[in-house]
Amino acid sequence: MDNVNALLGGFADVITPMNLLIALLGVTVGTAVGVLPGIGPAMTVALLLPITYGLPVEQSLILFGGIFYGGMYGGSTTSILLNTPGESASVVTALEGNKMAKAGRAAQALATSAIGSFVAGTIATAAIVFVMPQVVDFAVTLGPPEFLAIILVAFVGTAAILGSSRVRGFAALLVGLALGLVGTDFVTGQQRLTFGSPFLADNIDVVVVAVGIFAVGEALWVAAHLRRKAGTVIPVGRPWMSKEDWGRSWKPWLRGTALGFPFGAIPAGGAEIPTFLSYLTERKLTKHPEEFGKGAIEGVAGPEAANNASAAGTMVPLLALGLPTNATAAIIIAAFMSYGIEPGPLLLTKEPDLVWMLVASLFIGNFFLLVLNLPLAPAWAKLLRIPRPYLYAGILFFASMGAYAVNAQPFDLFLLLGLGALGFAMRRFGLPVLPLIVGAILGPLVERKARQALQLTGGDASGLVGGPVAWVCYAFIVAVLVWPLVSRLRRGRGGDDDPPAGGDGENPSPEVELARATTTEGRAS
Amino acid sequence: MTVLVGYLPNPLGEATLRAGVEEARRRSEPLLVLNMSRDDVLVDARRAGVDDLARVERDVSELGVDVEVVQVEEGSDPADVIVGEASARGASVVVIGLRHRTAVGKLIMGSVAQRILLDARCPVLAVKEEVA
Repeated sequence: MDNVNALLGGFADVITPMNLLIALLGVTVGTAVGVLPGIGPAMTVALLLPITYGLPVEQSLILFGGIFYGGMYGGSTTSILLNTPGESASVVTALEGNKMAKAGRAAQALATSAIGSFVAGTIATAAIVFVMPQVVDFAVTLGPPEFLAIILVAFVGTAAILGSSRVRGFAALLVGLALGLVGTDFVTGQQRLTFGSPFLADNIDVVVVAVGIFAVGEALWVAAHLRRKAGTVIPVGRPWMSKEDWGRSWKPWLRGTALGFPFGAIPAGGAEIPTFLSYLTERKLTKHPEEFGKGAIEGVAGPEAANNASAAGTMVPLLALGLPTNATAAIIIAAFMSYGIEPGPLLLTKEPDLVWMLVASLFIGNFFLLVLNLPLAPAWAKLLRIPRPYLYAGILFFASMGAYAVNAQPFDLFLLLGLGALGFAMRRFGLPVLPLIVGAILGPLVERKARQALQLTGGDASGLVGGPVAWVCYAFIVAVLVWPLVSRLRRGRGGDDDPPAGGDGENPSPEVELARATTTEGRAS
Repeated sequence: MTVLVGYLPNPLGEATLRAGVEEARRRSEPLLVLNMSRDDVLVDARRAGVDDLARVERDVSELGVDVEVVQVEEGSDPADVIVGEASARGASVVVIGLRHRTAVGKLIMGSVAQRILLDARCPVLAVKEEVA
């Protein structure tokens, strides 16, 4: 009951006019960036990081939480009405949602996705309240070696599991780690990768990395592909659902929530995999299989619930362990750091009011989102008429202003441009950007944990593998790294087509779809 | 010589089209219906759908006017496209619709109609919103 009491305390803190206004602002901005393809919550939070330095930490976190949740709602509107996912998490929604819209059922598709998102968001946020403290209780018992191992799992997970190619994932991760290394060694005081520049001696600010990679890189990428034929939005009235639609939607909502929450909570889970699994589940369980592929409401309800539940799930490792499982969470971690708060297992003990207030604000934001999205979906679709040069000029302006504001050094602007060019090149050559940002943010942390572990044992390498938790983590890492070699050997030797032990023997088409979904993610996030 | 109509998929566009048909009959010239959609926006409300354009072509030919329907999907400036097309085809008159704009709106967004009125080398027939 402690949790519930603490949560009620959080509600009491959050219900002030200013905080509610910030929450409303957050969800509004979040929905807007969710609707617009090519601008995601990660980019937005990165852009707003320097601007929110003036706000108290509580309010900027409420803002970011709102943007994160809002992005998940907004993405579906574009998926359904335009067949262009606004967010990578909404790729699957477009499969059935756009078919429904073309069949004249856009209103129902929008309604089931908004209400489903609300139901899933509320249940999953409630789940945070009960799961997160348990994870914290477990996490505080972990020492540096175990923590090192858990972060390494997160690295391997983001680099190897998400995305189409492991080599590209690891390449991006290593670039990120290298960026994280720049600066002064915190134990010996040596200069690393600074090239003698005094500007680099004080580390590269994470804000500059995030803004450069997400905002400038994406803006350059879009500017290189600016011209494409305009689409026609399917006209839609006020979203509503008939009794039959409700009957067909509520079970997919709950199943989507159950799938999305755990995937959001594990490293490298993200929202893409659970939305796709939810779609497959609904296609298997539906009583109207003939409608799938032509606009089945279950195919919209399930994935939309799943992506919101996974957004809530992301909050568990974020608040309990300080581990980001997606790009937006990675930047929220950077926000914590910029306020001098160390995210990690001690966060809940050190800053309980802050954590519970953030969770309470998620409930409130979720309610605002239902109100904003259900009646106003057609109005949001009008955002798509903004000429894109205007948008990207604005983004570049804010990006430069933010990067300059960090240290008031012109040097940071050149750094921003360099990182932007790097972000552009990565998109051009299909390298995922998430491992880079995770590497840059967690790199210094993993280094500190490794050195603490070594210091504890006086420099003996055995100190790095202490404890059963670490063993399990390393076993997982080895399994992930070795598995492709093993499966290649098996395939090369006999050609026996047994489904792999870890897989579930799906026919290949879903995997192809998922690969397509995750490659668009690189561009859309 | 031809009569060029800037067509939009809305009531004003239909009124413009009616005026264009009358003008083509009066001059006994063929009609060129042009719809422009910008390529720097994700969604353009002024973009006419395929069905829409097919219906326009059918309706106008049924009225006994020689008609060609063109959709331009490249470029970001409708005024440029219409003026350019008018001089390329040697249009004898351009027919466009005029929407009421506030002074602030014109200042910020500019006015396509104003640009056509000023830049076109041939006479321009402007159909007003009130008539539509």
